[in-house]
Amino acid sequence: MNDAYLCLKDVVKSYDGHVNAVDGISIDVRKGEFLTLLGPSGSGKTTTLLMIAGFEDLTDGALELDGRSLANVRPYRRNIGMVFQNYALFPHMTTETNVAFPLKMRKFPRDQVRPRVEKALELVGLAEFAVKYPRELSGGQQQRVALARALVFEPDVLLLDEPLGALDKNLREQMQVEIKRIHGEVGITTIYVTHDQTEAMTMSDRIAVFNDGKIEQVAPPLEMYHRPATWFVGNFIGDSNFFEAAVVDRSAGTLAVGSLGEITAARPDGGIAGGRVHALVRPEDIRLIHEGERTEGLNTFDMSVEGSVHYGDSVLVIGRVGSLSLRVRVPGAQAAAVVRDGQLRVGWRPEDVHVIPRD
Amino acid sequence: MNATSVRPADTPAGRKAFGPWRSRANISAWTLSAPAVFFIAVLFVYPLLDVVVISFTDPTLSLVNYREFFSSPLYARVLGNTFWFAFLVTAICLALGYPLAYVIVRYGGTLGFALLLVVAMSFWTSFLVRTYSWLVILGSKGPVTKLLAWVGFDPVPQILFNSFATTLGMVHILIPYMIMSIYASMQKIDPNHLRAAASLGATPFQGFRTVFLPLSLPGVVNGCTLVFIICLGFYVTPVLLGGPRDQMIAGLIGEQIEELLEWGFASAMAVVLLATTMALLAIYNRLVGLDKLWG
Repeated sequence: MNDAYLCLKDVVKSYDGHVNAVDGISIDVRKGEFLTLLGPSGSGKTTTLLMIAGFEDLTDGALELDGRSLANVRPYRRNIGMVFQNYALFPHMTTETNVAFPLKMRKFPRDQVRPRVEKALELVGLAEFAVKYPRELSGGQQQRVALARALVFEPDVLLLDEPLGALDKNLREQMQVEIKRIHGEVGITTIYVTHDQTEAMTMSDRIAVFNDGKIEQVAPPLEMYHRPATWFVGNFIGDSNFFEAAVVDRSAGTLAVGSLGEITAARPDGGIAGGRVHALVRPEDIRLIHEGERTEGLNTFDMSVEGSVHYGDSVLVIGRVGSLSLRVRVPGAQAAAVVRDGQLRVGWRPEDVHVIPRD
Repeated sequence: MNATSVRPADTPAGRKAFGPWRSRANISAWTLSAPAVFFIAVLFVYPLLDVVVISFTDPTLSLVNYREFFSSPLYARVLGNTFWFAFLVTAICLALGYPLAYVIVRYGGTLGFALLLVVAMSFWTSFLVRTYSWLVILGSKGPVTKLLAWVGFDPVPQILFNSFATTLGMVHILIPYMIMSIYASMQKIDPNHLRAAASLGATPFQGFRTVFLPLSLPGVVNGCTLVFIICLGFYVTPVLLGGPRDQMIAGLIGEQIEELLEWGFASAMAVVLLATTMALLAIYNRLVGLDKLWG
């Protein structure tokens, strides 16, 4: 499981010779893994995908699949399936012919084509749409056809380029589950590009966060969420309170944070004594402290409330402690406790403070 | 009370409610199109109807003009010639135009822009000017004749006033229509379709044959229809560049009127040409839809 299957080594891509769209990235993708490339638009994730597919040449670095270099392998010889953002189904072919296309191009024996197409359509739950044209299908159905077409020839790797971008929210959630199920059934090594952190969180085995052509961190979703390696990752994934802090006592975990004064962090592993760090506290880790509640060991503050946003399942309370603004997410069930103006006493545990070195 | 009677639109009151709206829309539609309708009616439909009437009534009310046209092998040959030229010119325009449109769309950039500009410029230059320019280029004192003489042809072959010159001139004048039509349909093809084809195992040639070519066919059909139909009625270029044996039907019509004053017979030929064109357009409309002819 740990051995690398698809390796990107110091991959660089420059379109104009000056600016690097992809700036020296290295990832080892394991066999059967679901890896998501997550990042804002223009961060190099799609370019990386296109290089893996063979549609863009590498300016520098190396690409290896199962120990063999892909350097001189044309896209149509790579045995990599790809699902495009707009599906790219062939409009002049039916569902069936679309899915049979890769088999015909690869000269599969005629008697194998039909059963394979049927199996692939069954896998995506579209068996009864075989003779429909793409324009007769809904967005979600087209998406499934594109998936079936990219999987039918049993490629070594499946690439998905923002495949759910064009779908509405409910359908997107359905398809997330669907793609995960298919990945589980087929067990294919999958690389998924998205700018949607929720998609990345719910679907991936690991996430690679891209920023400005570089990879900020590669980690499983929960680790990425709770232990972001950089300020960018912590800020990009999830909602966050970031404080600029200075390490006071490393062994005691004491940090000096502006108007909060001194706070304790359970694992100030990112910082060194006297060092400047970012302290991250997730809004949902901050809770309301009720009158008379015991607060030993907690970091507690009086927050002046400036506003609140009700989401139904939760309430986001925005306020200040001194000059620092604070975001607190309170469960919907406790919404009654949130005052419109005035003071709230809030607190968080030292374990909920995550420390990131500041450069 | 049955179910249909409760639908408001079916009741007299319901209809009345929509009435003023509908008629107001009608009034503005008529106002907007009236100048054009008037223009077409007076300057196009009336003269055309007149041509049809003349074809049956000049010199007497009879079918004599049509009988003459369809019974003479000479005129049948001219009609056949017209179709043959139209076919030939269309085929050459397609053979030359398709690759050019492909280069413009697929490679784009400076080269594509330059090619597109050249095509558009020849499209905007008067076809009369372009026809006369061929007279100069292919003429007995022109560069081509000089070049052939220099290479060693003696006597220099006749390259003007024959079917070669006619074909060349007509291809030159009509190829922009072909290129523009094909270009428009190729432009609509999503480049991701070709990437998808490649990722699914299609070599560039397979991708072209199975994906790009079929998706560009509407433009090919459009271009061919346009060029063929324009060819059928072409007058100036065959008359100026062709020889007497390369007469096309439009030239024959002109000759009958200008030299022989055979208005009735000329009108009958014009009606035959018009009917042929309409028939072709009807077939196109049936297969593709007339509204798609201009892309």
